[in-house]
Amino acid sequence: MPKKSPSARRNGAALPAWWESRRAEARRRFDELPLPQRKDEDWRFATIEAIRLDEFQPGAKGKTPEAKLLARSQPPFAVAARAVFANDRLVRIEGAEELAKQGVVFEPLATAIEKHPALLQKYFMAHPVDLGAQKFAALHAAHASAGVLIHVPKNVELELPLVSFHWIDAAKTAVYPHTLIVAGENAKVKVVDFLGSTDSKGGGLACGLNDLLVGPGAKVDYVCFQRWGTAVTSFQLNSTRVEKDGEARSLFVNLGAAYARQESRSTLVGGGARSEMLGLSVGNDRQEFDQRTLQCHDVPHTWSDLLYKNALDDRSKSIFKGLIRVAPGAAKTDAYQNNRNLLLNPEAEADSMPGLEILNDDVRCTHGATTGQIDQDQLFYLMARGIDPRTGAQLLAYGFFEEVIDRLPDKKIGEAVRAAVAEKFAAMRPKGKAKVSVRKPAVRAAKASQAKKPPLKGLKKAINVRALQGLAK
Amino acid sequence: MSETEPKEKPDLAIDQDIGNFSYPEDYAFDAGTGLTDKTIDYICDAKDDPDWVREFRKKALKVFQQKPLPTHWASQDLQNIHFDDFRYYLSKGAKSKRTWDEVPDDVKRTFERLGIPEKERMFLAGVEAQFDSEAAYSNIKKAVEEQGVIFVGSREGLKEHPEIFRPWFGKVIPTADNKFSALNSAVFSGGSFIYVPKGVKVKHPLQAYFRINAENFGQFERTLIIVDEGAEVTYMEGCTAPKFDSVTLHSAVVELVALKGAKIQYITVQNWSPNVFNLVTKRGIAHEEAEIKWIDCNIGSRLTMKYPGVVLKGRKARGEVLSIALANNGQHQDTGAKMIHAADETSSNIISKSISIGKGRATYRGLVHIPRHLKGCKNNTECDALLINTDSRTDTYPAIVTRGEGNSVQHEASVSKVSAEQIFYMQQRGLSEGQAMSLSVNGFVNDLVRQFPMEYSVELKRLIDLEMEGSVG
Repeated sequence: MPKKSPSARRNGAALPAWWESRRAEARRRFDELPLPQRKDEDWRFATIEAIRLDEFQPGAKGKTPEAKLLARSQPPFAVAARAVFANDRLVRIEGAEELAKQGVVFEPLATAIEKHPALLQKYFMAHPVDLGAQKFAALHAAHASAGVLIHVPKNVELELPLVSFHWIDAAKTAVYPHTLIVAGENAKVKVVDFLGSTDSKGGGLACGLNDLLVGPGAKVDYVCFQRWGTAVTSFQLNSTRVEKDGEARSLFVNLGAAYARQESRSTLVGGGARSEMLGLSVGNDRQEFDQRTLQCHDVPHTWSDLLYKNALDDRSKSIFKGLIRVAPGAAKTDAYQNNRNLLLNPEAEADSMPGLEILNDDVRCTHGATTGQIDQDQLFYLMARGIDPRTGAQLLAYGFFEEVIDRLPDKKIGEAVRAAVAEKFAAMRPKGKAKVSVRKPAVRAAKASQAKKPPLKGLKKAINVRALQGLAK
Repeated sequence: MSETEPKEKPDLAIDQDIGNFSYPEDYAFDAGTGLTDKTIDYICDAKDDPDWVREFRKKALKVFQQKPLPTHWASQDLQNIHFDDFRYYLSKGAKSKRTWDEVPDDVKRTFERLGIPEKERMFLAGVEAQFDSEAAYSNIKKAVEEQGVIFVGSREGLKEHPEIFRPWFGKVIPTADNKFSALNSAVFSGGSFIYVPKGVKVKHPLQAYFRINAENFGQFERTLIIVDEGAEVTYMEGCTAPKFDSVTLHSAVVELVALKGAKIQYITVQNWSPNVFNLVTKRGIAHEEAEIKWIDCNIGSRLTMKYPGVVLKGRKARGEVLSIALANNGQHQDTGAKMIHAADETSSNIISKSISIGKGRATYRGLVHIPRHLKGCKNNTECDALLINTDSRTDTYPAIVTRGEGNSVQHEASVSKVSAEQIFYMQQRGLSEGQAMSLSVNGFVNDLVRQFPMEYSVELKRLIDLEMEGSVG
C-alpha cells in the first residue's frame, strides 16, 4: 500500500523534478496543439463538436463508500493482483507484495515515480501515439497519476491476470487511467482493465492511455472493458511495440461513453513479432465509437491480424479507420485487417476506412470491410421459435461477436466479455419489453433462472448461440 | 497460353513512342502565361462566348483562387504545379473542321501518326480530335446524325443547343466541387457535347482524342453527355502528349447524365507523357433504372488524380467503375471511384486493379455513401494490387458510409506479387523473364480487360507489354 494517496501528492508534496518537467512539457504541448478540425483526415466522419474539455475537473473524493466500490470491483475470474481507482485516487491495491517475490512490479503510477524512476523514464509514453489524438495524449501525460506500472522480468510467466478498475465517481470529473506493461524477454502476462462509472448514465471525461511493450519472445494479453457512463467523452489511446518473436494481443470492448475515441497502434520491430488487434463494440442511442488503428511493419517476417466488429442499434455510429503500413524493407510481412459492422437499426451508421500502404512487394496483405443487416431468414427462424424480433436481432449480434471472443486464449476472460455484451444488450431493451416474450417451454424454463444470470445466458442454453455464430458472420 | 504470345520487340519499339513527337508552334490565339481576369476575357473573346459563360468563368476563377490545394490528403507533388507558368489557351482557330482535308497540315499529320482517321473509318460512329485548346476536327457519321444524335465540341454545344446544354452544364459537377473543377470552369475549352435522343441506341462508339502539343500548356476540356430515356451510347477517349522537360497540366471536367433507363459507357485510355499532371473530375448522374459504367485505364502521366463517380439518383440505378492503373518509375496513379447512393435499390460495383513497377506508386481512393433513408442498396468493391519490384508501392484508402435498411456493402482488397513459381514455369517453356512477367500481369488484369470493347483491350494489352519491358531485375 502506498503511504500517500496520489491526490495528496498532487496537492501537497513536490513530485520529483524530472517528472514535473515532463508534465510541464506535456502541458505546453497540449496548449500548442490545435483541437481537431472537421477537415483533418485523422478525424474524418467524427462528430468533433461532441468533444468538450473545458468543464471537467480532476475528481475530488466521490460519494460512493469504499466498501461498495470494492464490491463492484470484483472481476468474474481469479486474479493475481488487483488495483482499484476512483476519480484517479487509489482505493485499494492487492497482490503486489506476492508478485514482488517473483520480481514482478505492480505499482500505482503515483508511487512508481519514486520507486521505479528508471523504468518510467525509459518507458512512460516513450512510443508514438500519432493517429490524430496527439493533443489528448499530451493532456494525458500532463495529468496521469492513476493506473499501474507493470513490469514482468525475463522468463517470468504469470498465469492469472493482473487487473485494474477505474471508476468515475462524481459529475464533471476527468480521469486519466494509465496502464504501462513492460514484459521482459520470454515473460508472459495477462492484464485486464475495467473502466466504468458508478452512475451508468453519468458524464465526465476519460483520457486513458495504455502501452504494451513486449520484449523478445514475450507474450502480453490485454483486454480493456470500457463501460463508462453513457454521457462520458472517452479517449483510449494505445501504443503496442513488439520485439523479436514477441506476441501481443489486445481486445478493446467498447460498451459505454457517448463519444469514445479509441486509437490503437502496433509497431512490429523484430522478426517473428506478432500482434493481434481485436475490437468489439455495441452501440445504442446516439453513442459514437471512433476507432483508428495502425499496423506498422518495420522489419521483415512480422505478422499482424486485426478484427474489429461493431453492432449498432438506434442512432449509434461507428467509425473505423485502419491502416496497414509496410516499410520498404519489411519483406515477408503477413498482415490482415478486417472490419465488420452490423446495423441493427436503419438509423445506425457505420463508416469504414480500411487502408493499406505497402512499400514492399514480398508481402501478404489483405483487408476487408463489410456492413450489413441482420439476415431476415435467420431472424425469421428465431421468431418462428417464439423470440421477439429485437431479442432475436440481439441474439444474432451476440453470435456475430463469437468470432472475436473465440480468439481470446483465456476462456474465463472470454466468458466475462460475453457477460458484458449480454448485460449491454439487456440494458438496450425497451423498458416495456424488459422480459423476453417466449412461448417454448424450454426457453420459458430458462427465463425462470434469469434473475441470477445475465438474460442472454438462459436463452443461450435453449438456442445454442455458438451454433448461430456461423450464420451471423 | 500459346495464343497470347508476346509481340516481337521491334514492333513494340515503334509503338512505344507513338505519342512522343511535336510540331513547331504556330498559333492564331495564345492567351499568354498566367491566369487573371484578363486571361478569361481573352478566352471569351477568342471563343466569342455568350455573356453568361463569361460570368460563369469569372466566378469560377474566384473560387479557384480561394480554394487551397488538397494536400492535407493528396500527394504533396501538387505543390510542384506553378499555376502562373502555364499557358491557358492556345488554338489555331476556334472552329473545328468537318473533314480531314480542311484540318491544317501539321495537325492532320499529328492525328495521322496517332492513327485516328484510320480508326474512324474502321469502327467509330464519330470522332472529335482536340489539339491543345480547341477541337481541330469533329465529325459524326451521317446515319447517326440522322437519328438526332448531337456530337459536337463544347463550344458548339453551348451556342447551338443552349436549351439542352445549359440546364445540365455544371449541375453534375458544380464549380466549387474542388480546386481543379473550379479551374476548369474558369478556363474550359474543347471537349465534347453529346446528346442522344429518346430510345436511340448508338451502335458504334463515339470517340474523342486529346492531344497536347505545346510546352507549359494546360488543357482543360469540358465534356457533357446527356443520354435521354432508354437511349444508349459508348464514348471513348484517348490522350497523348510529347515528353517535355517542363510540366504540363491536364484538368478536365466530364459530366454524364443518364435519364430514365439510359445506358452510358465511358472508356478512357490515358497515356499522357510522364510530365503531365492529370487532375480530372468525372461524375455521372444515373436516373431511374439507368446505368453508368466508367472504364478507366491509367497508364501514363506523372500524377493522376481521378475518381470517376456515379450519383445513383433514381430507383434501381446502377453504377460501375472498372479501373486499371499502371504506375511505373516516377509515376503516381491516384485513382479510384465514388458511389453516392441517393435512391432505393440502387447498386454499385467497383473493381480496381493496380500494378506498381519499379518505384511507381498506385493508390486506390474510394468513397461509397449510403445515407439513412434508403433501402436495399448494394455495393461491392474489390481492389487488387500487384507489386512487381521490391521498392514498388501501393496504397488503399477507401471510405465507406452505411446507414439505412437492408443495405449491404463489402470491400475487399489484396496485395500480391508475381509468383516466382509462375515465372519459373513459363521460363521453363522458353519465355524470357520479361515475357513471362508481361504475361502474368496481363493475366492479372485479364478478367477486367475482357469486359472492354475489343479494340481497347488489344491496345491495353499492348501498352502493358510496353510498360513491363525492362521492369524485371
